[in-house]
Amino acid sequence: MNTRLLDIVFNGVWKNNAGLVQLLGMCPVLAISTNVVNGASLGIATAVVMASSNATAAALRNLIPYEIRIPVFILIIAALVTIIDLALNAFLHPLYLVLGIFVPLIVTNCLVLARIEAFAAKNGVISSAVDGAAMGGGLVLVLSVLGGVRELLGTGALFNGIELVIPGAHPIHLLPHDYPGFLLAILPPGAFIVLGCLVAARNWSDARKAARVRPQPIRPAAELNA
Amino acid sequence: MTSLNSPYLRQANSVTQVMGEVLLALLPGVIVYVYIFGIGVLIQILLATLTALVCEAGMLKIRSKPLGLYLGDLSAVVTAWLIALAFPPIGPWWLVVAGTALAIVVAKHLYGGLGQNPFNPAMAAYAAMIVSFPALMSQWPGAGQLGGAAQAALIFGGERIADAITGATPLDALRTGLHAPNAQLIELMRSQAFGAFGGRGWEWVSVGFLIGGLYLLARRIITWHVPLAFAGGLVLIAAIAHLLAPLRYPDALFELTAGAAMLGAFFILTDPVSGAATPRGKLIYAGGAAILTWIIRHFGGYPDGVAFATLLMNLCVPLIDMKTQPPVFGHKKD
Repeated sequence: MNTRLLDIVFNGVWKNNAGLVQLLGMCPVLAISTNVVNGASLGIATAVVMASSNATAAALRNLIPYEIRIPVFILIIAALVTIIDLALNAFLHPLYLVLGIFVPLIVTNCLVLARIEAFAAKNGVISSAVDGAAMGGGLVLVLSVLGGVRELLGTGALFNGIELVIPGAHPIHLLPHDYPGFLLAILPPGAFIVLGCLVAARNWSDARKAARVRPQPIRPAAELNA
Repeated sequence: MTSLNSPYLRQANSVTQVMGEVLLALLPGVIVYVYIFGIGVLIQILLATLTALVCEAGMLKIRSKPLGLYLGDLSAVVTAWLIALAFPPIGPWWLVVAGTALAIVVAKHLYGGLGQNPFNPAMAAYAAMIVSFPALMSQWPGAGQLGGAAQAALIFGGERIADAITGATPLDALRTGLHAPNAQLIELMRSQAFGAFGGRGWEWVSVGFLIGGLYLLARRIITWHVPLAFAGGLVLIAAIAHLLAPLRYPDALFELTAGAAMLGAFFILTDPVSGAATPRGKLIYAGGAAILTWIIRHFGGYPDGVAFATLLMNLCVPLIDMKTQPPVFGHKKD
C-alpha cells in the first residue's frame, strides 16, 4: 500500500508532472509565474483544491450517475474554489488583489477536472487525495522555478512581493543593484521561452537516464558463428 | 576548369564563400556608417563578432559537432555584423554581447543550428533587446556628434545622460514631431535630423548598403526577388500614403533610406534559412514585410519596423513555401 502511494507521489511530482509533461493548466502557469511568490501561491491554492476535490469526488464516486458526472465534478470543484477564494480574500488580501481573476479561474483549470476524471473517479479516497496533492505539488514546483527564473532575469531579485504573504519580509537581491533588468523575461514571451527550456531540461534528464539503463544490444547470430 | 563527371555546370558556392561575400558586401555600408557616426560602430562589430564566435564554439562543443567546419563557415560572423549594425553604436557593451549571445544560443542553436532556425537570429536578438531595453536601444548619436573617445567611454561604462549625447534618429524625430499639435511634415523635414534626402547621414549609409546589395546581386548570391519586392512594396505603400496625406506621411525616398530598410532589403530578408525559398514565395514574403514595416513604423510602438516585420514574415514562410511550390517540369499546374 505504501509503495503504491509513493508511486502516486512520484508520478504526480515528476513522471507525469502537470506543467512539464502533461502541459495542462497552461493559462495560470504562463500568466501568473512572473515571480516565485505569485507562482507558488497560486500553485498551492490549486494543490489544495486538487487534493480536496479529488478526495470529495472519490468519496462520492459511487453515488454520482455516470452520465452527469462532469457537471457534478465541476460543482464540487467550484464549491472548493469558492472557499479558497474567500479565505484568500479574508486572510491574505494584498495577495488576493495580485492574483485577481486567476483564483476563481482554478475552477476551469483542466488539470483539476482531468485528475478527478482520470484518477479520483476510479480510486479510493486516500490515494485520490494523495494523487491530487502530488499533482498539485508538481505544479507548485514548476510555477516556483518558472517564476524564480523569470523574476531573477527580469529584476535581479528573488521573492519579489514576499511582503504580501509574510509581512515585513524583503526580497533577496542576488544581482547588483544596477542590474538593468531583462524585461522580456517578465513579459509573456519570457514565460513561453523559460517554460520551453524547463521542458527541454526535463526531457534531457530523462533521455540521459534512459540511455544509462539501456541494455547491451544482443550480438547477431552471424557474429557468434564467426 | 573542366570536369569529366557530371554535373558539368557547377556552383562552387560553399557556405563559407557565400557568407564571405556577404561580409564583403556589407563593407561599403559599414565604412560610410563609421565615417559618419563614429568609431563606436567598429567597437560594436568587434564585440559582437567575438561574442558570436565564443557562443558558437560553446554551443558546437555542447552539441558535439565538428568545431572547425561550422566555426569557419562565417555564418555566426554575419549574424554578429548584422546585430552590430542594427544596435545603437553607443549602446553599453553588455547590450550587444547579450544580444549576440541570445541570437547564437537561443535563436540559432536551440532551434537546431545553421539551416534549421525559423527566425532570423539577428532580428530575433534585436526584437528581444528592444522589448527589454527600449531606452538604451534607441540612443543613437547624431551624425558626427561624438568623438571616438567619448563613444568608447559610453560603450564601456560611464554615466549616460540621454539628451546630452544622443540625437533623435530620423524615424524617431518624425514620430515625436508629428505628435505635436499643428505639426507640419515639411517644416519637420527641415530640422537637423534630416538631410539631403531621407535622414541626415542615414541616406549615405543606405547608399552604402545599396552598393553592397547590388554587388551581391551581381555575384548571384541573392536573387532580385526579395530586394525588389521589399523596396517596391515600401515605395508603393509610402507613395500612396504620401499622395493621400502629404502632411502626415513622408515620401517614398525617405522611407527607403531611413532606418534599416536597405539593410533589410539586401541583407536581412535575403537570409536563405529563415526566408522564403521559392521565387513567387520570395515576392510574397518580401512584399508582406514591406507593408508590415511601413505599418509598424507609422502605427506601432517602436521606431523602426524592419525587425518585427521580418520576424512576422519568418513565421509565414512555411505556409508561403508550401503554397508557392513551382510545378515539377512536365506536370500540369494545379
